Amino acid sequence: MAREVIATGNELASRAAVDAGARFYGGYPITPSSEVMHEASDLLPKVGGKFVQMEDEIGGISVALGASMAGVKAYTATSGPGISLKSEQIGLAFIAEIPLVIINVMRGGPSTGLPTRVSQADIFQARHPSHGDFASITLCAGSLTECYTQTVRAFNLAEKYMTPVFMLLDETIGHMHGKAILPDIEEVEASIINRARFDGDPKDYRPYDVPMNKPAVLNPMFEGYRYHITGLHHGPTGFPTEDAEQCEFNIERLVGKINTVAKENDGLDDLPDYEEVLMDDAEVCIIAYGSIALGAYEAVQKLRAEGIKAGLFRPIMLWPSPEKKIKEIGERFGNKIMVTELNMGQYSTEIERIIKRDDFSRLLKANGRPIAPADMVAKVKEMM
Amino acid sequence: MAFNYEKYLRIEKMPTLWCWGCGDGVILKATIRAIEKCGWDMDKVCVVSGIGCSGRFSSYIDCNTVHTTHGRTVAYATGIKMARPDAHVIVVAGDGDGLAIGGNHTIHGCRRNIDLNFILINNFIYGLTNSQISPTTPQGMWCVSAKRGNIDPTFDACRLADGAGATFVARETILDPKKLEKILVKGFQHKGFSFFDILSNCHINLGRKNKMQSAVENLDWIDKITLPLKKWEALPEEEKINVFPTGVLKQVEQPEYCELYDMVIEAAQGKRGKITQDDFEKKI
Repeated sequence: MAREVIATGNELASRAAVDAGARFYGGYPITPSSEVMHEASDLLPKVGGKFVQMEDEIGGISVALGASMAGVKAYTATSGPGISLKSEQIGLAFIAEIPLVIINVMRGGPSTGLPTRVSQADIFQARHPSHGDFASITLCAGSLTECYTQTVRAFNLAEKYMTPVFMLLDETIGHMHGKAILPDIEEVEASIINRARFDGDPKDYRPYDVPMNKPAVLNPMFEGYRYHITGLHHGPTGFPTEDAEQCEFNIERLVGKINTVAKENDGLDDLPDYEEVLMDDAEVCIIAYGSIALGAYEAVQKLRAEGIKAGLFRPIMLWPSPEKKIKEIGERFGNKIMVTELNMGQYSTEIERIIKRDDFSRLLKANGRPIAPADMVAKVKEMM
Repeated sequence: MAFNYEKYLRIEKMPTLWCWGCGDGVILKATIRAIEKCGWDMDKVCVVSGIGCSGRFSSYIDCNTVHTTHGRTVAYATGIKMARPDAHVIVVAGDGDGLAIGGNHTIHGCRRNIDLNFILINNFIYGLTNSQISPTTPQGMWCVSAKRGNIDPTFDACRLADGAGATFVARETILDPKKLEKILVKGFQHKGFSFFDILSNCHINLGRKNKMQSAVENLDWIDKITLPLKKWEALPEEEKINVFPTGVLKQVEQPEYCELYDMVIEAAQGKRGKITQDDFEKKI
């Protein structure tokens, strides 16, 4: 039986984390994400988990990664400037294969930017948060319900692929307060994925000795399986190496376990990577994600009321992007595609890369204000 | 009975990557001998290191080991300790790692009084990266990043740790490994944040450029600038400034962070009332 709750997006993300099995939060206050932390400080000790407000953003992610290394599901939340500060540790999480969920409630940037206003300009930051090569798993909530369901999914993906996972909210969704329909707790619990572990003789344990495109198998600390975790390139047992062949294998495996696997399997799990609204008979396609998609739903209805058959394509998994579907949309709609987002065209660039054309329309805004459905309607009418 | 090094070291990783005559090896040896004295089960021990020569420290000890990013050791270790309060967590950082880039985490680790054992390997220089000034490099010494001589004032790490709230603060040198081992045992057994400022040599990247060509000359200098606490206290004020006191400089009992957090859990689960100022000695 589904649950009905009234809460904000930020609160729902923290509730989802705890329901997904998170027992540790480390972070630092930053608008507009702080309520994720407030909720964590309330919920975690109730279930015997731990919460710590650290001295800075870097400490916030480091402490969470330490807990995750020890074997406890952990998360942190922040906003753009915080991700900038955390980026080196995100790189360590990636190369050392430490699962972590990073919630970014996006605000206007760059720098201090527009702390209390909405933005979707951290899309590229989520794709390449750190120096060096990186393969990102990034989910983006398009509703209050998804603040919950996609956060649960983020934990499952982090544990399955042994990697940091970004959960993107934007200021509007994060601070939105309203009714959300949540899946039944038993259903959530049944969906939980825990990291794989090695149960054989500790002498045979080689945590990073895994085939191409497979994640490492990292046992919790303190249970008899001693190994080494490092941010350096490392060999099968985790110890540093500069061996060219090994390093090449490492980076191909790390990137491949996400990007190649997503391409080969058309996604990283069985859950939908996107939503399609009234796309069956559509003649024009709006592409929008996050809170902007809420306005796009309305724009589609309004356009249809005026006789224009509009549809909405809303990506949920931003990275790796649902390439196959986007290619299909590119072929089907030609230049009758309108991408609308709260930045200078970040996801539009990804669409351009996939469909290999730039003849589609863009409706962009990066001044901290949302895009009104009426503006979307006007833009689509221009195109028709 | 001879000490069983194989039980504590990853022998296959020997020899270490450290330079000949480096003090890090002495500290490594004292550390594992102190672990044995404490009777710790190596499966329950975690060594966390950062970046620099000291960064390799963790990889040589046969337990759960983590080689983190530059300066973040205390933060990672805090997560490990909070996740598993039953574990023994040792943090190893250099003077650059622990006092410069990681100064903030060091301060707040001390302040929380979380039960970590923080070994600061203080060789007064960035050794691995070829002799740049660190927060402990004496004024007037020559380094590649201070080619006219260092003007930056020198940090007293122990006073920092004391001021920030560490409940065990000690300074020792590598000159007397037995003494070092003893002080490590004392700190390891202390419940709360134990801070060890261990003065060590880097004759390669500090010494050679400052008229201390060999390890011995570098160590002679360390000997000259240190004095056991009691003797140091007896010095006239004007002489104290040029000498670092050694030994246990502070040991007090204060509530440990993971134990304090248990109060939060109990309050959240309705097993006790809200936490108020009455729960603490200090009321402001």
